[in-house]
Amino acid sequence: MPRRVPEIMKQGRVIPWFYLAPALLLMSFFIVYPMFNTISLSLQNKDGTDTATAACREGEPCWGILENYRYALTAEIDSTSFSSAWTSFWTSSYGNNIKWVVLMVSGTVILGMLMAVLADRVRYEALAKGIIFMPMAISFVGAGVIWKFVYSFGTSQVQIGLLNAIVTSLGFDPIAWLSTPQLNTLMLIVVGVWIWTGFSMTILAAALRGVPEELLEAARIDGANEFRVFRQITIPMIMPTIIVVVTTMVINVLKLFDLVYVMTGGNFGTDVIANRMYSEMYVNFNPGRGTAVSVVLIILIIPFIYLNITRFLEQEALR
Amino acid sequence: MNKDKIRNILGKIPLHVIVIGLCLVWLVPTMGLLVTSFRPFQDVNSSGWWTVLSAPVGADDYEQYCASCHGPDGDVMAEADLTDQAVVNKYPRSLQLLAMLRREIDGEPHMKDVPFPEAQAAADIAVYLKRISGINAPPSFTVDNYIDAFVGYRGTGTYREVCAAGEQALDLNCNLTDLLNPRGMGRALVNSLIVTLPATVLPILVAAFAGYAFSWLDFKGRQVMFAILVGLQVVPLQMTLIPISRIYAQLGLNGQFLGVWLFHTGFGLPYAIYLMRNFLGGLPSELFEAAYLDGANHWTAFRRLALPLAMPAIAALAIFQFLWVWNDLLVALVFLGGTNPVLTYQISNMVTSLGSGWQLLTAAAFISMALPIAVFFAFQRFFVRGLLAGSVKG
Repeated sequence: MPRRVPEIMKQGRVIPWFYLAPALLLMSFFIVYPMFNTISLSLQNKDGTDTATAACREGEPCWGILENYRYALTAEIDSTSFSSAWTSFWTSSYGNNIKWVVLMVSGTVILGMLMAVLADRVRYEALAKGIIFMPMAISFVGAGVIWKFVYSFGTSQVQIGLLNAIVTSLGFDPIAWLSTPQLNTLMLIVVGVWIWTGFSMTILAAALRGVPEELLEAARIDGANEFRVFRQITIPMIMPTIIVVVTTMVINVLKLFDLVYVMTGGNFGTDVIANRMYSEMYVNFNPGRGTAVSVVLIILIIPFIYLNITRFLEQEALR
Repeated sequence: MNKDKIRNILGKIPLHVIVIGLCLVWLVPTMGLLVTSFRPFQDVNSSGWWTVLSAPVGADDYEQYCASCHGPDGDVMAEADLTDQAVVNKYPRSLQLLAMLRREIDGEPHMKDVPFPEAQAAADIAVYLKRISGINAPPSFTVDNYIDAFVGYRGTGTYREVCAAGEQALDLNCNLTDLLNPRGMGRALVNSLIVTLPATVLPILVAAFAGYAFSWLDFKGRQVMFAILVGLQVVPLQMTLIPISRIYAQLGLNGQFLGVWLFHTGFGLPYAIYLMRNFLGGLPSELFEAAYLDGANHWTAFRRLALPLAMPAIAALAIFQFLWVWNDLLVALVFLGGTNPVLTYQISNMVTSLGSGWQLLTAAAFISMALPIAVFFAFQRFFVRGLLAGSVKG
């Protein structure tokens, strides 16, 4: 923070802490302390009476004090053969989270960019952007109900779900969108994209407005077509913003819980890490395993914490 | 000149098709929810919501097989008046209807030269006859789903029907107290408000003090502490739930509103302080220096200068925090559960227990969405500003 506090405003050493104390106390109690507590709980057994080693059984693989991590990392994988391990990985929470990250991040960024670029050229820009942005205001639970209804699968002749009505009117059999493994995770990701595209659209649109018009005009006069101008000038100019959107989305996806919980409950091979943590703790009542899963989650997020801080320090240096 | 204009318009068609197409994809699922929430339950499960404005089930078949003799409204033949409930009640199902159609009337076949309807068509006609005779004629639109959702009615009819007939379930009293039935959305709405308002005001208040300190007060470790705070913004909720719920269990705070208020405050702080500090820190320092030269101390500068100027940031924060708390499921699930159910909890519970009670689910979902959507469209400007301040300017 290069900007210094004006000399005249320095009034005593104690006063600042009165302003800070409530915030620091609350954050230490609700964020900092629990993080360390979570790590120590993850090394204990189910009821916290012993270390996690106590949960090991004769003749079965054991990671000693890291036993809960062995469970968190390998329980969903069927390791009898390489091919079964491969298949089970892609319906495990880790495989699903990879799908979520790759598809949802690319989906929201591409659609958000498309909308940010195109809506700028129509007169009903505000309306169009408002419609795309609206899902950001509603809860994942509400969105889950909306889309569960779209995906509704009827066994009778009448399909009340929009998607199956379209499929059957084209002459195909109705599809159980949410209980067919592999397909169902994709259908959940569609909902995620529906919710979050408005976010990336808004941020990218603001960045696009910051690209100087003269620069684009100059390239056009030099004979570059719109597509080339976009690819070679606009995209590099707004790259920092794209990176911000991507990192924010990755963090959001890793934390995502509600949607899976409401739409499938993590069944039919749709589980994700955040939902597993919930079910280990509040369905199976195993704090050791639940906390181990959440430590895995924070390890995946740590690179982004680091990125956030470095980005912040760079910006402060520029101020 | 004119040719160019036409070419320009034609050239823009693909653009409009993509933009409008995307908007429709975004809008149609929500429309389905809204339309369904206003349809009577008989219709919701027998036809898609997009058919709501088309003819009722069986109308086409009636037209094809029956209208030539019985007339378009069914009341042309006095000896077989299809609007008479006594007549229609003899044929409640398609089998009875088909059997009757096969019989002869005065030595002549019932259907004469009209072809015989198939089973599905006959079933639809039976439904249609009930509709025109008034035996079972639900209106196209109804608010019953909302009433049922509010009071938590989960039977096979509607709340208004069973109360009129005096057959209510044990947990319903058929008076205003039903609005607070723990299973209903009315109670959940009240709980959501109780949770959200303090959980929005508290973090903003605490963050205003801290944000002021981080931007205009001098203390040791200012920079390091703020960098840590930036990192804390992305710590997942999941990381802290288990230790806190264990502490709450000892303090007896599980299921209490106080516990949720404090948790949301603690967790909302890193972002709130970050936003406040960026905004307050961006104010010109001459402003503060002038105030100090006039003899102001920190408290006056904070109260009279910083707070009023920070109103746009406070507005953005308020909307953010409000939407976050209102829409949250995980914290409510863990710390409040069924003791004090909020909207999201109630709906997620209904999804599991009702399965396909779509008329109730859609109404309940819309009840939970109405307020955030209204807030969002009313204050869109602030919301977008907060979003941009949080993730772009940094």
